[in-house]
Amino acid sequence: MTLKLHINGKTYGVSSDPGTPLIYVLRDELKLKGSKLGCGLEQCGACAVLVDGKVEMSCVTAAQAFAGREITTIEGIGNSALGRRVQAAFVEFSAAQCGYCTAGLIVATTALLHRDAAPDRAAVTTALSPHLCRCGSHPRVLKAVDQAARS
Amino acid sequence: MSIDAYPLIADWITTRDGRLLVHTGKVDIGQRISTALTEIAHEELTIPPDQIDIAPVRTSRAPDEGMTSGSNSIEQSGHAVRCAAATLRARLIALAVSRLGGAPKDWRISGGVLRVPGSNRQISVLNLIDEVPADTEIDRHAPFLTRPPGTVAKPAMRGLSEMVLGRFTFVHDLEAPGMLHARTIHPPHARARLDRIELKTTDRSRVEGLHIIRDGSFLAIAGSQEWPLVQASVQLAKACCWDPGGGVPETDVFTQLVTANASRFPVIDGVPQNSGVPDALPKPDMHARYERPYQMHGALAPSAAMAHWDGETLKIHCHSQGIYPLRTSIADSLGLRHGQVDITHVPGSGCYGHNGADDAAFEAALISIALPDTPILLKWSREDEHSNAPYAPAMVIDLAAKLADGKIAAFSAEAYSDTHGARPRPGPNRAGPARLLANRLRADAIGPVPPQPNMGRHTGIHRNLDPIYAFPKKRLVKNLVTGGPHRTSAMRCLGAAANIFALESFLDELARGQGADPIAFRKAYLTDPRDRAVLDELQRKTMLLPDLPETGGRGIAYAQYKNQMTRVGICVDIDTDDRANIYLTRANIVADAGRVIDTEGLSAQLEGGFIQAASWALYEAVTWDRDGILSRDWDSYPVIRFGNIPTIDVTILNRPEDKSVGAGEASPGPAIAAIANAVFDATGIRMRRMPFTPDAIMQKAFAD
Repeated sequence: MTLKLHINGKTYGVSSDPGTPLIYVLRDELKLKGSKLGCGLEQCGACAVLVDGKVEMSCVTAAQAFAGREITTIEGIGNSALGRRVQAAFVEFSAAQCGYCTAGLIVATTALLHRDAAPDRAAVTTALSPHLCRCGSHPRVLKAVDQAARS
Repeated sequence: MSIDAYPLIADWITTRDGRLLVHTGKVDIGQRISTALTEIAHEELTIPPDQIDIAPVRTSRAPDEGMTSGSNSIEQSGHAVRCAAATLRARLIALAVSRLGGAPKDWRISGGVLRVPGSNRQISVLNLIDEVPADTEIDRHAPFLTRPPGTVAKPAMRGLSEMVLGRFTFVHDLEAPGMLHARTIHPPHARARLDRIELKTTDRSRVEGLHIIRDGSFLAIAGSQEWPLVQASVQLAKACCWDPGGGVPETDVFTQLVTANASRFPVIDGVPQNSGVPDALPKPDMHARYERPYQMHGALAPSAAMAHWDGETLKIHCHSQGIYPLRTSIADSLGLRHGQVDITHVPGSGCYGHNGADDAAFEAALISIALPDTPILLKWSREDEHSNAPYAPAMVIDLAAKLADGKIAAFSAEAYSDTHGARPRPGPNRAGPARLLANRLRADAIGPVPPQPNMGRHTGIHRNLDPIYAFPKKRLVKNLVTGGPHRTSAMRCLGAAANIFALESFLDELARGQGADPIAFRKAYLTDPRDRAVLDELQRKTMLLPDLPETGGRGIAYAQYKNQMTRVGICVDIDTDDRANIYLTRANIVADAGRVIDTEGLSAQLEGGFIQAASWALYEAVTWDRDGILSRDWDSYPVIRFGNIPTIDVTILNRPEDKSVGAGEASPGPAIAAIANAVFDATGIRMRRMPFTPDAIMQKAFAD
């Protein structure tokens, strides 16, 4: 039986080996290249996606583990009003330099604000700490998160 | 100078499909140069930013501006584009006059339209540009347009709206018909050589059907499916038997730097001299040694490149900061004519210097030569990037001072370091090819060539070794120490990061020793009103800060990058706990970068520089043993995360009458020193070696 994955509101039949880590299925087979591979070790957060509304790294866990669950990638974040608000806030505050960490951060922020509409600073940094940014856009990201929470 | 080599307007500005196209040889590495160039073209020609494009940077078309490095993009490319646009505006007005009459002074320009006020005479700038003769030279003295504040649009950051949608293309995202993915299997360390490959039967099944490319100790594997290829590359790596070649030396690098034979040069006014080194200060009143370990660029994305060899032309897409020198070095490595290698820049993640980008580009080229007519997308692994990219060299800085009436009467600074300049630039002894990692591994190995001392002003090791302060007597010495355990090259700020850490810590020690205010102490040696203005503003901001908690500390530092670019004063507040953790709570940054072009971009660079430096200061050090690099991922090489980001307040002193200068490397040096000074303020412990980890602070506390 082919593996079926629910991604961004659509169902995809997947021909990759079901043991393939989800990120390779997203990027190579389904051409959803917004999620980035930064380490392959669940240490940097660049590959984060939403799974049933919670943040999960996609670079280690096999695609088959995501069967029957609702996956949202950066390409589908804008399907919700909250996701669009987060994206707009990142633009408004120029919350990126090179942009490689941006997809993961937007995914994590959307999940955070979904479960906590008005997170305090500790909740924000806890939610974002699994995500590395090497350009130092952190202060702008934190402002964008505050803005998205307020609006 | 960029205009000297490319003197025509059309070298920098053309049109395409009714839009303005700006050409540059400087690549956008997240520092927003493309946004700044858009702003400059908009300022001079008034064309709305959304009608301005920046052309891809490609060796076959773009102006050759060498490296995108040293915070020079604004001064070089920015200045060229501004002069070209200003010249173009004058030519367009002349054309409008000849066609529709009036005198040049009658014509006004706004919104990309030339018009004579009070008449119906008007003409679109974009429509007129193609009528300017293609061989029109840039007039360097063409007056720049000054427009009242509020009439200049601020362009949004280029690419940001695509980034938030996941639609921004990085080199890792490229695809081409028939493309193969590739991985390289790197040696465990630089001295190891591939002896043999022993694939077990079980491994063979994974590797079968894939292409294995071997040239001496250069080993790569390619295949059509990425994940199976990644798994096979792991199997192949396990099957490799390496001759360790003596292993990696485990000597204490800081001791080695100050005891090994060095090429020594006195430095005067920031420039190394070929003359005898003056004697050390006799009996200095104060002496201190500061140290910075090997640190890595640690780009978030491992390096990647696409290459395609069709038997005649080698097309490469990569994220190198210097595609022109790389083109020459790759052509020389492969015996090709320069014109046969065509490199296009495609964004990678932030790089901060000479990371693995150039090496990956050449490795992709080698694989594509072995597999002609096949596009090859090579991606390094996290481990490849951590353990194979060039590092920032470890440094030692010895400072000494003689005092008279509490004032510095004589000052000495000696910096010891391996090279900061090993980018693959062409040079004597095939230096370009020798600086590409794979050439050291191939059967016909090239290099490495011994590094040559950089004798330029404020380059490499001696960048910001010369204090900006007017000490009556200065003795400055650069020591190039080669033969260290690791390959080193350029990382953000080069020597300035450690040199400013040392100098600004030392001044803090002197000021505190006298109970002096650290800002007033520095101002006593500064006469330039712009230096003093930055410190005055920093003082004003500092007075407004809330009181520190009992466990807190505050430190300041000041520097002007290369003593001629952006001036930055920083005040850092920290808090501490009884386990010696350092919590960054607040940073105030005051900067003067001359005429401000892109305020947001400037602030972002100053903030980003601060945070990268905070990561260096508190967390980062490459570790190794004789078998290889131990810093192979983000657990074994920790960096700053969201949990320790201070509130950052940036104040920019705009100087519209002064030249715009680059700011990408201006804040890290003072950031490190301000943190060290804050640590002392909080704990009474003087950290003179980075990083200031809890362990290091505890050890220092027991040692003191």
